[in-house]
Amino acid sequence: MSQRPELAHNAAGRAVPTMVNGKPQIPFLGVGKFQPRGRKSGPPIRSNKDYPDNGDKRLPDLETALRKCGLRDGMVISSHHHLRDGDKVALMALETAAKIGVKDLLWFPSASFPSQKGAIELMEKGVIHHIEGSMNGPLGDYCTQGKMRGMGVLRSHGGRYQAIQDGEIHIDIAVIAAPTTDPFGNADGSHGKSACGSLGFAFADSTYADHVIVVTDNLVPFPCVPWQIQGNNVDHVVEVESIGDPSKIVSGTTQITRSPDRLLIAELVAKFLRAAGIMKNGFSFQAGSGGIALAFVQYLKQMMKDDGVKARFVRGGSTKVLVELLQEDLTDYILDGQTFDLDGVKSMANDPRHVATSPFTSYNYHGKGNFASLVDAVVLGATEVDVNFNANVVTHSDGRLLHGIGGWQNCLFAGCSILAVPSFRDRIPVIVDEVTTLTGPGEMIDVIVTERGIAINPKRQDLLDAVKGSKLPIRPLQDIKTEVEKICGKPARPELGDRPCAVVKWVDGTILDTVWQVG
Amino acid sequence: MAAEAPPRITEAGHWGREVRSDAHVAFEPRDTGGVEIALESRVVPYYGNAILEQSRGVLDELGVKHARVSIHDEGALPFVIAARLEAAVRRSGAALGKRSLPAQHSQPPASTKDRLRRSRLYLPGSEPKYYINAALHTPDAFILDLEDSVHRDEKDAARILVRNTLRAVDFGACERMVRINQLPLGLEDLAEIVPEGPDLILMPKVEDPQQVAEVDRMIGELKSRHGVIRPIWIMPILESALGIENAFPIAVASENVVAVTIGLEDYTADLGVTKTLEGRESQYARSRVVNATRAAGVQAIDSVFSDVADMDGLRRWGESSRALGFEGMGCIHPGQIRVVHEAFAPTPPEIEKAQKIVAAFEEAQEKGLAVVSLGYRMIDPPVVQRALKLVERARAMGVIW
Repeated sequence: MSQRPELAHNAAGRAVPTMVNGKPQIPFLGVGKFQPRGRKSGPPIRSNKDYPDNGDKRLPDLETALRKCGLRDGMVISSHHHLRDGDKVALMALETAAKIGVKDLLWFPSASFPSQKGAIELMEKGVIHHIEGSMNGPLGDYCTQGKMRGMGVLRSHGGRYQAIQDGEIHIDIAVIAAPTTDPFGNADGSHGKSACGSLGFAFADSTYADHVIVVTDNLVPFPCVPWQIQGNNVDHVVEVESIGDPSKIVSGTTQITRSPDRLLIAELVAKFLRAAGIMKNGFSFQAGSGGIALAFVQYLKQMMKDDGVKARFVRGGSTKVLVELLQEDLTDYILDGQTFDLDGVKSMANDPRHVATSPFTSYNYHGKGNFASLVDAVVLGATEVDVNFNANVVTHSDGRLLHGIGGWQNCLFAGCSILAVPSFRDRIPVIVDEVTTLTGPGEMIDVIVTERGIAINPKRQDLLDAVKGSKLPIRPLQDIKTEVEKICGKPARPELGDRPCAVVKWVDGTILDTVWQVG
Repeated sequence: MAAEAPPRITEAGHWGREVRSDAHVAFEPRDTGGVEIALESRVVPYYGNAILEQSRGVLDELGVKHARVSIHDEGALPFVIAARLEAAVRRSGAALGKRSLPAQHSQPPASTKDRLRRSRLYLPGSEPKYYINAALHTPDAFILDLEDSVHRDEKDAARILVRNTLRAVDFGACERMVRINQLPLGLEDLAEIVPEGPDLILMPKVEDPQQVAEVDRMIGELKSRHGVIRPIWIMPILESALGIENAFPIAVASENVVAVTIGLEDYTADLGVTKTLEGRESQYARSRVVNATRAAGVQAIDSVFSDVADMDGLRRWGESSRALGFEGMGCIHPGQIRVVHEAFAPTPPEIEKAQKIVAAFEEAQEKGLAVVSLGYRMIDPPVVQRALKLVERARAMGVIW
């Protein structure tokens, strides 16, 4: 980055750039305050005539497909993270583009993973101009060290959908890795040797991109049933030896945390849900894949059995733990955005009550409503929380990129959003005066559960009333913070740079905060 | 023969990828040049200056004027850093008997002789990561262990760490126990530990009442020398056939003995039998301990259950242990605590029956009757006493209110 962009202070009081990668930006205005008008963006009109009547859209290789899509300098290439750290397709596409000789691509992944660190070399060579999507590990360091030519843009899963619909990002070529596909391009994620479950992250790209390439290692004759991606949106189908490393696509076993302290937090979460009356017949909840989130479901499950309570639906990231709820008839449905382990993949393939969803159904800001706000309670993590319940999930407290936003921001719209966090990690307090990077405004965060007690946002008098008289350790957040500082000492505030290297978008596309260059 | 000179560089503590909440210190005394500290830590952006400042203070208290010190910190809390510094300096012989004590956290009320001792959680004396949150799991007691969980080369450092832990960590309402080493090493442990007023000293591998008497005398001396007025109780651990044979004399060897426990790993090894899940091989020894402690008027506490994954096995063990007459057992993982508490709680029918008897007793008291009766049945005084005790215990356990 050559020059420092102009900064403005947004409604959360954070200094944010007014221009990002050459596009003017709107600083965060407050939750629910920004409602753009006009029309949604769209892909170019196509006609059946352009496609073979026999429905066979196969091409011999990715290079041919990319050339057919008219790949050229500066284009936006998208990819998806349903194969997680095992994905081979995104890098394959970018490296093929390098071979073709194009420059200055914008890579638009739904998330990047450490195994894709090869993208650094492509940025060094000028093939990729910059990345808009989550970055962590080596890619995160590359960005926060200010080495990327453009600014990183971090969006939630729903925010990515919104950016596509708003036309802020127009995808030239979407490359979709598909565990099973037919020659027409119908694609499914829950079958095949590289099965990963839901393909939901690719849904927006398949409907809005100019060109859509499906890459598979399991081609079946038409029709591929079920189809999560509709072949009617697909231009080309490419068969390759392998789309991913199965051992890294899903974990064979689901690890529930064994740390006694984390288990204590998980149990407090479950107890809170019961005491607050949220756990009742017909309720719903969402649990992530983190160790605490998995463990909390174990405790809740026992309480549901003890009290004879059944959920209407639970939302994944699905794992063995959620699948067991379904199998033991403790929930009617799993609505699944991402499948984390083999049990989840198998269940989605075989059980019609285990339903694949996408960021469109679940999280999209421009949808006519979304599922996230229908969920009664969600349990999430965070790296930092401040005394006003503002939270950070994207950076370490020293400012380096750590996580993508994922569905985290979108999930805050649930009836009760709970952050389950240890009160300190390796002496570093989690509850701070001011978060390093604001990812979720405090008004959206209802409960913080730590091993040292539960803090309820004073804005949620209803929750405070609901647990009154329970034996739960309900405490002001400031109290927990003071106790932890007594143990750890008050931390100095790490010095951040004054040059923005990435921005954090709120679900509506406005800029919530800035990630500053470090080191 | 001249004493071997201490090595030029002495070390203490641990660091590395797998290490959490500990620190490693390498200490090299010099003759000039003041104190030079090199610090490596993930927490440097937050606590780098605090650690340097603290370290200078500790070294100053230990009388170190000139030295090169390198600290590899893995997120250790201040009381741990201080302990590792002190251990490294003392190993070099440079401290000349000086100590560096962290600020004293307010101590819980003194422990009573017959308090609840259902669960005691073992915390290895060289693993500081377990200490700070131990009380959150609400065992009745925790044991800072200087014996079997500490390597013999680490005994001196563990002693300092445990001493600092007793001063700096808030263990809430838990009883604070320390397991010392066998004598004579155990006497060195006592010298470091007793001034901090632990609630109870566990003595391993006791076979002879004289051993208890010696420890009791040493505790008494140290208490008066350091002005400790809190009681410090003793719990002997019987871990051999001879120890079991001497259970009663050991239990009455000092009025400070409040409980006797049994160590089944060593006991079964001594017998040359295999320790089983059902514990038939130790039934006699365990019953013997219960009988001796009852005769001595102290508590009988059972051994530990070593399979931390087998909660059903633990529950069965705990229930049969309570049926034999034990009042508690050891825990080697926080996850065992709740199961142990449940296993040692009186059952609802027992409580109900005891409450009826207590009500009848109170009614008889009010009416001035000497005989307590329930319906047409007369209740013997010992049954009344047992019922009173059971109701009181159930209340203390939070099973009834």
